[in-house]
Parts: sequence; C-alpha cells; structure tokens
Amino acid sequence: MAAPVLEMRSIVKTFPGVTALSDVNLTVRRGEVHAICGENGAGKSTLMKVLSGVHPYGTYEGEILFENEPCRFKDIRASEQRGIVIIHQELALVPYLSLAENIFLGNEHARRGFIDWNATLRHATELLRRVGLDEHPETRVADIGVGKQQLVEIAKALSKSVKLLILDEPTAALNDEDSRKLLALILELKKQGITSIIISHKLNEIRAVADSVTILRDGRTIETLDVKAPGTTEERIIAGMVGRDLDHRFPERTPHRPERDAPAALEIRGWTVFHPIDRQRKVVDDVSLQVRRGEIVGIAGLMGAGRTELAMSVFGRSYGRYAAGTVLKDGREIRTRTVAEAVAHGIAYVTEDRKRYGLNLIDTVNRNISLTALHKVARRGVVDEHAERQVAEGFRTSMNIKAPTVFEPVGRLSGGNQQKVVLSKWIFAGPDVLILDEPTRGIDVGAKYEIYTVIDRLAAQGKAVLFISSELPELLGMCDRIYTMAAGRLTGEVSRAEATQEVLMRHMTKDTKGTRSAGSANGTRGTRGEGVTR
Amino acid sequence: MSTDTTAGVPAPAPPDRGRGARGDGLLRPVLNGLRRNMRQYGMLIALALIVVLFQIWTDGDLLLPRNVSNLVLQNSYILILAIGMMMVIISGHIDLSVGSLTAFVGAVAAALTVTHQMPWPAAVALCLLVGAAAGALQGFMIAYLGIPSFIVTLAGMLLFRGLTEILLKGQTVGPFPEGMQKIGNGFLPEVGPDTNYHNLTLLLGAVLIAAVVWQEVRDRRRQQEFSLEVLPTRLFALKLVALVAAVLVVTLLLASYKGAPIVLIVLGVLVAGYSYVMRNAVFGRHIYAIGGNLPAAKLSGVKDRRVTFQVFLNMGVLAALAGLVVAARLNAASPKAGVSYELEAIASAFIGGASMSGGVGTVLGAIVGGLVLGVLNNGMNLLSVGTDWQQVIKGLALLAAVGFDVWNKRKSGS
Repeated sequence: MAAPVLEMRSIVKTFPGVTALSDVNLTVRRGEVHAICGENGAGKSTLMKVLSGVHPYGTYEGEILFENEPCRFKDIRASEQRGIVIIHQELALVPYLSLAENIFLGNEHARRGFIDWNATLRHATELLRRVGLDEHPETRVADIGVGKQQLVEIAKALSKSVKLLILDEPTAALNDEDSRKLLALILELKKQGITSIIISHKLNEIRAVADSVTILRDGRTIETLDVKAPGTTEERIIAGMVGRDLDHRFPERTPHRPERDAPAALEIRGWTVFHPIDRQRKVVDDVSLQVRRGEIVGIAGLMGAGRTELAMSVFGRSYGRYAAGTVLKDGREIRTRTVAEAVAHGIAYVTEDRKRYGLNLIDTVNRNISLTALHKVARRGVVDEHAERQVAEGFRTSMNIKAPTVFEPVGRLSGGNQQKVVLSKWIFAGPDVLILDEPTRGIDVGAKYEIYTVIDRLAAQGKAVLFISSELPELLGMCDRIYTMAAGRLTGEVSRAEATQEVLMRHMTKDTKGTRSAGSANGTRGTRGEGVTR
Repeated sequence: MSTDTTAGVPAPAPPDRGRGARGDGLLRPVLNGLRRNMRQYGMLIALALIVVLFQIWTDGDLLLPRNVSNLVLQNSYILILAIGMMMVIISGHIDLSVGSLTAFVGAVAAALTVTHQMPWPAAVALCLLVGAAAGALQGFMIAYLGIPSFIVTLAGMLLFRGLTEILLKGQTVGPFPEGMQKIGNGFLPEVGPDTNYHNLTLLLGAVLIAAVVWQEVRDRRRQQEFSLEVLPTRLFALKLVALVAAVLVVTLLLASYKGAPIVLIVLGVLVAGYSYVMRNAVFGRHIYAIGGNLPAAKLSGVKDRRVTFQVFLNMGVLAALAGLVVAARLNAASPKAGVSYELEAIASAFIGGASMSGGVGTVLGAIVGGLVLGVLNNGMNLLSVGTDWQQVIKGLALLAAVGFDVWNKRKSGS
C-alpha cells in the first residue's frame, strides 16, 4: 500500500448556527482514486472546500497534511500552487472563449501582458491530447458538448501541474458514453501518478473506478472502505450513508390491475418533433405510447434519446418544432398546443431542471405551489390568501416539506424539499396524467424514498404516471412497464416481469435505422452493450 | 406601510414568535424589529431622515403648508409613472419611452382641446386611449415579436419625442380649458362651515387614518393566525402611532392651505388599487412569476406574452395620465415636456427596492423611492442648490440606496 499523500485530521467547520463538519478524518494514499460519498448535506462539498482553500485556514479547526507538510491555504490559488485542483459540479468555463483560452484562463502564457499565442496553442493541443479530446484548441467552448467540456476542465487542471485532482460529481450532467470516457480518463491519469478524489452519488461508478471510499454522514467520517474488498457492496455503502440497512430502496408497489376495456388515460400517436435550431434534425421520431390510469410507465434512454424533448413538446409544445402526431386523453383527441391547454386537459409535466424550469426561487413556498392553478384559490381574478395558505400548509404536511413556514423562499430549501414543492404544485393543479422527468435527480436517498412513496400514492389514486429516468434501478423498482428510447425513437417496451438493467440497456443502445444522423456532440451513437458502469 | 412578503424576505423567526420581549425596554425590540425588516423599512427611514434634515436646513420651509402642497403637485406625475415602471421592472423589462410618451399625450391634448376646441372630458378620454394604444403597440412588439424591451422603448423614446415636436410644430401650445387645468393644480372643493381648515380634506384624512389602522390591525391579526412572525406589540403600537401621525401631519398641513390637491386623490386611488392588484390579483401574481423565473412561469401555464403585453399597455395608460397632469399643471403642451421623466421613474423604482433581474418590488416601494427623489429635489430647490449639484446628489442617492440594498442582502446571506 502506498503512503498517504493527503491527511485531513479532526476537521471541524462551523457556520453560524450549523456545524457542517464535526471531526472528519480523511486519508488518501498516493496514486489512488478515492471516492467520497454521503447524503446531500453530509458535508462532502464543505470538506473539499476546506481542502482547496475556498474556506481559508483559520476558519476551520484541525490540520491538513499534504505530502507530509502542513497546509495553511489562504485561498484557491494557494492550494493550486501545491498541486491541489478542484473541479466543481457547475463547470467554470467561459462559453464564448476558445478551449485554449479557457485552459489558461487566469494563468495565461504571456509576455509583458500580451498573450503568446504560439505557446498557448502548442501547450493547449498537448493538454487536449492528454485528456483524449480531439478538438482544435481554437474551438469555442459553447460549440462542444457537456462531456467534452468536462474534459477541458481536466485539461485546465493538468495545465496547473495537478497532483491531487478533486472532482465534484463529475458525471452528473453526462450521458453514459461520456461518463465512461471520463472515468476511463481518471484511471488513465491514475497511471500517470495523479491522485484523484471523486465525490459521487453514483455507487456503480464508485465501484468501477475507486480504490477506496470514505463515507460521510452528518458531518462525520463514518468509515473508509476498500472498494475492491468482497464485502463492499452497494448495499453496504448505502447502509453507511443512511445509517440504517436499506433493504428496500423503493416502497412496496401497489400492483396495477389494468382495466382492459377502458381507453388509455394518455395516448400519444406518431409524435414527431424537429430540433428548434437545426431544422433538419428529428429529435423525436414517430413515437407512440400509452399510459393507463393507475399505471406507472417508465421511459428509459440515454442522454440525447429525446425523452425530455418528447415530454416537453407534448406539454404545450414547449420544445422544438412540432411536425406530426396526436395526443389522446381517455380515447379522445385533445389539443395541447399551449401549456395552458395541456394543463386544462389534466396533463402535468414535472421538469428535470427544477431550478430553471420548475420554481420561482425568490418567491415563497405557498406562491410557488399555487401558481399553476391560481384560479382554484381565486375569485374573480383576486387571490384568497387564506385559502392559498391552507393549500400550501396541506402540502407541507402531506409531502413532508421541511420549511419553517410556507412563506419561506423556495431558494432556501434543500434540493429534495424543492422537488417536493414542484411535485406539490403539479398535484395541486389536479392532473389525471403526470409526466415526471427525472423526479429524483440530485436529491438524497431519504428524500428519494419519500418521492417514490408519493408517486406510488398518485398511481393508487388512479392517476396515470409517465416516469422518465436515467437511473435504471429506479425504473425497475417503480414501473409497471418501461418504454425505451434511443436517438428519438421508441426502441422497446418491457413489462415489469421481464425488465432487467441488461435488457433495458440493450434496447437503449439499439442502433436505429441508418437514416438517423449522428446528431450533436451529445448524440448517442454507442452500440456497445454494457458500459463500464453497469 | 407595506406588509408584502415578496420584497422583504423575513429573517428566520425568533423563538419568541415576536410576542413582545417584556421588560426589555422599548429600544431593544425596536432595533431588533428594524434589523429584521431592513429591506422593508430602510427606505422609509431614509425618507423620514431626509425630510427631517431638510426641515432643519431650510429653517422649517420644507413643511410649510404651501410647500407640502407644491411637493405633491410637483411629484405627482413621476409617482404615477413610477407605479407603472415598477410593474414593468418586476416583469423583467424596462420602459424608456414614458418621458416622450408623456410629452406626446400632452401635445395630443393640446391639439384636441386648444386647436380643435374639443370638450375636455372627451379629450382626456381620448388621450388615455392614445396612451393605451402606444403602450399596446410597444407591448405587442416586446411580447409577441420578441424584440427586447430596451430596444423597443428606446425607439419609442425617439419616436414619440419626434411626433410631439411635429404635432406642436416646435411651439408651446396652451392654455387649456379651465376644467382640465384642475387635473394638474386643482384642489378639492370646500364644503361645510368655515373652520380654519379645509373641511373635506380633514374628513378625508380621518377616513384614511381609520382605513390605515383597520388594515394594519387586520393584517397583523391575519399574520398571527398564520402563526407568522409579527412585530412585537409595542413596536406595532409605535408603528401605528407613526403612521397615524404621518397621515395626520400631512392632512393638517394640506388642510391649512388650499386642501388636498385633486392629483393626490388620484394618486391615492392608484396606489391603493395597484398595490392590491400586485399582491392579490392573479394578474399581479403572474407579473411576479414571469419576472422571477420566466421559463418556469411558462411551464406553469402562465400566459407570459399576454401578461407582458398587458404590463406595457398599462404603462402606456399611466404615462398618458401623467402626460395630462403635466400638461394641465404647466397649462401648456411643450415639446420639451417630460424630458428624462423615464429616468426619474426608473430611479424611483430601484430606490424603492426593485431588482434589475425582475421579480422583486412593491408599488409602495416605488412611491417611497419617488418621494425620496422628490423631497431631495424640492429641498435642494429651497436651498437654492443649482441643478448641476442636484443631479450629482440625486445620482449619489440612487447609488447609496441600491448599494445599501446589495450590502444588506449580502450580509443576510441570501
């Protein structure tokens, strides 16, 4: 076993009123990939901020030893000089600057204040090659996909002669193909002697690349496990994260008994949509599907498969350019050309991006909940604040939204509670059909379970649920049927009984007809079956 | 006094639920209360401070009955514009055309009543329609054609200014019929026995005081019922006394001169009406929603285009009203009327707590912001400060107000 390169001892970090870290110990050995995991709020990001100097020396207690020397970083620059570089979840690239300019941003190859372009481009090309990115260094960042942007961030880190690379949820925004590449790169860098710390929610990734994993819970180190040891299973890690054995991650599903005669609550026929800018490209291609009352139907697909695009274009044509297709509700054709029409026909769409599309973060919990159906608490155009508040209080209780009052701005709630507010607002709209797009993205295990319970309850009430998710275990645990999509087309329909991750993945990576273009940088081309992660 | 929860984000509730920290003296709860509601009361206190300062500096001239009356008349049109501007800014837009539009509507009024001898009530109605049409035109281009509001209204600013000069042929046109002049500088008629005060104004003041007290008590009771944090009892009493005193002083001052100006009544109705709309009407909620997060509002089924269109339509009508008031007050339509009014209205909104990114602000805030500027203007005039230095000071006031807001927000960590 290699010697430790980094030791963090008895780290305590408090914010006014909250103890974010109480006695955290972390030992990372030279040349390993060390994963850190824990529920949201466990203190992962805070710990990394302490390490990288975002929280400067003196604002925390405890000591940090890097290469056997004590570290007292006063800012990020100080830690970068020692070779510790952090890549945040939200990428810090300037979209309209070139790759080369981004790589050396703040660290330019310059002589007397003027940039030496030859050195810049030469060095950038070299770094891009090292991270396996085959792009010209003068390409603008905005013109490459998110997966490649992540690689640019790593190239940027390499330009600072990184010894310890910290990645905060590096694959959260990537599709499987890009995730695979990124993880392969981390392993490659490991061969070159670079130590990495990766924070991840995805246990399968941890198992794929990490050598050891440290579990944090409530600001404490719970344990450090050797990932390659036989006893280290996903269940084992989860148990450490949540502090209890979680033999069922999903609520017991009330089995669905389809009424064969009744028409489907939602039926989509031949739905086709073009890309909003690239007008030749079909993003959704002749998709037909049905969801019955009381049924939870999943849609599985890799990023770029067209799932969100399908949902949003059906929901008031909120995405792309409509080309063909009809929507039927309870067997009758309906018009859903605007969001208002779709809502009036009892359709709700819960977005995958709650901060951008789901909530008014500066407004209060109660006003966010009432927004979709203000008319229900208003008379002649005037809102009855009393009724509005009662509605919000009802949801706060029934959905277990953790907020001091319903007058709290949603921006101050945690991700899981924000998601509950988004769900509440759409449940309040009183839909018959709910389209849930990644409803558990970025929220912790406990809140996920609560959301699953809500979804099951909705189905039990006879609502039709269309459940879009990138997490296959979640679809397998919750759905009665699962459709798969790839490159805009429906590629399969699998029943609960026959669905396994392998079956779904095979359908999701099915090569559709040759007429399909490769699509954008993010397009799914892969036909390889199992990824490194599954 | 605003109790709107949108602008002022209350700090986390203290454990005592604000039932009044007994035996703590009066000062401590007052300071605590202020600290917690800085955003809400900050500008109001600044306004009070400015009034007191100028009252001292001008040896009491600022609050002479005649000057208070003047202050109202001078600032009424900026305040009318500020109401509409606040709504525009909350919706995430800006309107640079209102100054020119005011002048244009004044010119139309002159053309109708002076040149064409049209009866003034008809002309007023027609002028408001012209404002609505101008607002609708700009609103259509912004909401439905998707041209940025900055561009559309910058064009409108040039366009309406040009049309004003064309319509007036570069001349000042007047005077207006007597009835119309009243809009700008008329007072409530006097009734009843001869006291030393203006009776109707006193009556109105009394009604207003009753309404304010009733509203405050009801709000407080409702907040308690919602188990929200309320001001401690003593602080609430202090607030009520301050409110009543403020209304009383203004009433007495106005009543001891010619009574309440007609524009003040118009303004009062507008403030009450629009505050109610912004807080309680579905329309108002939708304005906050599209300003706070447009994509989310769209996906919630808010008809964002229609709301934007209506906001600009409304701004047009209010600009027309302001134009009529200005014209009536000057008793002439001038090609140079309303120059830089848009900037004063925008400044009022920002001093009053609006945010550049939209979604935040109250009508009452805009009024307070407008009054801060108005009192500064008036006070400096009384002190014979030149317009050069007036501009400098007003600029600094705007910076200070918004700077304070930013600092306060950063400090509270939101």
